[in-house]
Amino acid sequence: MHRFANPARFMRIAALVHPWAVGVAILALGAGLWFGLIGSPADYQQGESVRIMYIHVPAAWMGLFCYVSMAVCSAMALIWKHPLADLLARATAPVGAAFTFICLVTGALWGKPMWGTWWVWDARLTSMLILLFLYLGYMALADAFDDPQRGQKAAAILALVGVVNVPIIKYSVDWWNTLHQPASVMKMGGPSIDKTMMVPLMLMAVGFHAFWLVVLILRTRAEIAAAKVRTLRMAQVHAAGQGEQA
Amino acid sequence: MESLTSFLAMGGYGGFVWPAYALTVVVLAAVVVASIRAARAREAELEQLQKMRPGRARRREASAVPNPEKQAS
Repeated sequence: MHRFANPARFMRIAALVHPWAVGVAILALGAGLWFGLIGSPADYQQGESVRIMYIHVPAAWMGLFCYVSMAVCSAMALIWKHPLADLLARATAPVGAAFTFICLVTGALWGKPMWGTWWVWDARLTSMLILLFLYLGYMALADAFDDPQRGQKAAAILALVGVVNVPIIKYSVDWWNTLHQPASVMKMGGPSIDKTMMVPLMLMAVGFHAFWLVVLILRTRAEIAAAKVRTLRMAQVHAAGQGEQA
Repeated sequence: MESLTSFLAMGGYGGFVWPAYALTVVVLAAVVVASIRAARAREAELEQLQKMRPGRARRREASAVPNPEKQAS
């Protein structure tokens, strides 16, 4: 049973962390929605449309954050064969895909009134779309083999190769001409947006991270249970086979 | 009432702001619901399998009973 030693510890820690993560997610997202929709002023240039920023920008951060976590877990799984790392990477992928999708669609909804177009094939938008495809490819590949370990290995390699896309997304607004504005929060010399807009932005970012943690714990629990079910079923088949031989 | 109308209008951007928030709520809710259901389903399946294990052990003991008879015959 030592193979389940690590997952057992994860389950103990997860049980402790989970209610707190749920609480933080509800509080931060609730407060973020209030400040984002009511408690903050309209932008002097963009008017009320700026309120889309409070989900678009944190969703983009989450898309990158989830991808980097997924890649780190995949590297740990490939190098040290850590049994939990694969499961954590698998559990993170759908969350990252969801946030990347939210980022793309809210970006289109923001781009239409501000830029006059839903979509342009420029570096930032295209590299973000590639990020979504990397998530979808990872999830498809992880489940594409009869032997889950082979699928997991192939998906982990894809996740690592796809890491080159992360700096491209980050610096695309500086390297290429684009409609997309450059960073105004995570930049040298400190953020250049007003405190009244920083509050809902940070609350939503905290809420999205707590949301990620809540879902990560749920999905990892499901993955651990599924792995144990597979092991038990194989033991059953093995025992049945031995029974027939005897 | 008028303030609610103007709130919903979002300075003319209501048609962009509200779909953005609605989509976010729908997608995140779908992720949470799917994850809760997956966790419950897998853990229930595991529990059922683990309940069957003692039964299997008993069957193995039961199948061990005929052996002395074989030796006897």
